[in-house]
Amino acid sequence: MNIKKLTVFSGIDKSGNPEKFKKFEIFPGNTVAIVGPTGSGKTSLVTDIEMLAQKDTVTRRKILINNKIPPFSYRQDPSKNPIVLITQHTNFLADLRVDEFLKLHALSRKMKSRGAVSKTLMLTNKLTGEKVTENMKMTVLSGGQTRALMIADSIVIGNAPIVLLDEIENAGIFKKEAMEMVREEGKIILFVTHDPVVALLCDIRLVMKNGGIAKILRTSEREKKARKKIIEQDIMISVIRERVRRGEIIKF
Amino acid sequence: MKLMILAGPPSAGKTSVVKNMMRRLHPKVKISFLKIDVVITFEKEEIGKDFPDIPVKIVYSGDLCPDHAGVMVIRDGIEWAEKNKSELLIIESAGLCLRCSPYLNQGLGIVVLSMLGGMNSPLKMGPMVGLADIAVVTKIDLISQAEREVFRQKVHEVNNSIRLYEVNALQGTGIDRLLVELKDMKDIRADSLVLKGVPPLGVCTICIGKKDIGWQNHFGVIRKLDTQGADYLYRGE
Ligand SMILES: Nc1nc2c(ncn2[C@@H]2O[C@H](COP(=O)(O)OP(=O)(O)OP(=O)(O)O)[C@@H](O)[C@H]2O)c(=O)[nH]1
Ligand SMILES: Nc1ncnc2c1ncn2[C@@H]1O[C@H](COP(=O)(O)OP(=O)(O)OP(=O)(O)O)[C@@H](O)[C@H]1O
Ligand SMILES: [Mg+2]
Ligand SMILES: [Mg+2]
Ligand SMILES: [Zn+2]
Repeated sequence: MNIKKLTVFSGIDKSGNPEKFKKFEIFPGNTVAIVGPTGSGKTSLVTDIEMLAQKDTVTRRKILINNKIPPFSYRQDPSKNPIVLITQHTNFLADLRVDEFLKLHALSRKMKSRGAVSKTLMLTNKLTGEKVTENMKMTVLSGGQTRALMIADSIVIGNAPIVLLDEIENAGIFKKEAMEMVREEGKIILFVTHDPVVALLCDIRLVMKNGGIAKILRTSEREKKARKKIIEQDIMISVIRERVRRGEIIKF
Repeated sequence: MKLMILAGPPSAGKTSVVKNMMRRLHPKVKISFLKIDVVITFEKEEIGKDFPDIPVKIVYSGDLCPDHAGVMVIRDGIEWAEKNKSELLIIESAGLCLRCSPYLNQGLGIVVLSMLGGMNSPLKMGPMVGLADIAVVTKIDLISQAEREVFRQKVHEVNNSIRLYEVNALQGTGIDRLLVELKDMKDIRADSLVLKGVPPLGVCTICIGKKDIGWQNHFGVIRKLDTQGADYLYRGE
């Protein structure tokens, strides 16, 4: 499936007022941040895209791919689905072993599972402090381990041209590594985030309010300059965070 | 009249799915609703609150298997719905025994599953999944996309030809797509309705209420813990 364009047609906010734009187009290579206070509708927006909403969700938004209504088979057959969504969840409910789960997921996405399990685990363990092994039960994974596995799974097994990430910074995984892992030439990537660094690293910023998209911003040259400084400070904080996590005493 | 039979484990979201369908169909389509359950149900209140003018009938099976009770009363139920001049009869079965399936050779058989019941629940549910035309998976708001896809895989292992719809029955997401099925549905012909699957045998002294335990105290089709040769055996009086 060759994705040339993803279009979001506006819907209504929580008060029933129409959103203040007609449509919003996203092209391969674009990274989009979705920001806004808790409860403002960020998750709902990425869910609309994942569900390929056709005015049949609470927001009444409509999603087109390449100017067309996407065929229902995208949702009926995971192997045809061009979208991966990493949900906000910090725990799995699947009562399966990690390797069983990954094999089944590879099967549903019609991916050769040889090597997929070990590759997924290898990436997972780059993102999390405590190692995840293939014989662990999905349900015993911690919040951070769960999210690390979700992200690695979406890259290796999902392997789709459209990636939706609901709060990458959640649960203390290595955010910078995760972002680098997900970012790939020619993909459409949407990051729901509360993190200023993640937001400023994107080209476009959607600001959510009361269930609707209130503003569509493009990261300006000025912001791009500012973001260098912000990233440096963020790296400093993350170094300190790691040292605190390892039990070191912090002195300045 | 069209007929839909929904089955599935307790609290899977059957009534929530039905209410979402009603919200979209009523009053354009005239609906009657029949619930078959064992001892207690809340559907009369749940549906009556939102749709006071949709006829609702509740049948308690008591000591009988609810699916068996359903088989007994379904003809009367159809007559009742026809008397109501309904165009669609929706039957919700508690379907507790998991060995029978309440689906008929006409209309739509829908199994409602929630992923909260566990990844292997479709495998445990036998003909209730195996003989259904459609699976509706609820509570997708509570799980990850990867888990949804694995669950889909599990359902297809039991029933390869089932048509699966994922819904959030709290918000009604996904229901419109399910309702497309209604367009292709044919009217039922009540005189040629039969069960899709063969119900399991229930012919022993337990079936008629004898409380003793152990196969030694029973007649009919009985079973020992370790049976050599045949797994099932018959003991006459
Ligand atoms: N989060 C979430 N909750 C749901 C969903 N569908 C149903 N529920 C909740 O699950 C509970 C049970 O739903 P019902 O529709 O009553 O389930 P049922 O299968 O009719 O239950 P019985 O008739 O008692 O067997 C209710 O509290 C619903 O609000 C869903 O898609 N998402
Ligand atoms: N346009 C809308 N119309 C009606 N309800 C909406 C709309 N957008 C969102 N909601 C509802 O608002 C609630 C919160 O939305 P959502 O979960 O998307 O927020 P969020 O921004 O992801 O919050 P958090 O930062 O806490 O994750 C949900 O119940 C959702 O269904
Ligand atoms: Mg959210
Ligand atoms: Mg019910
Ligand atoms: Zn039975």
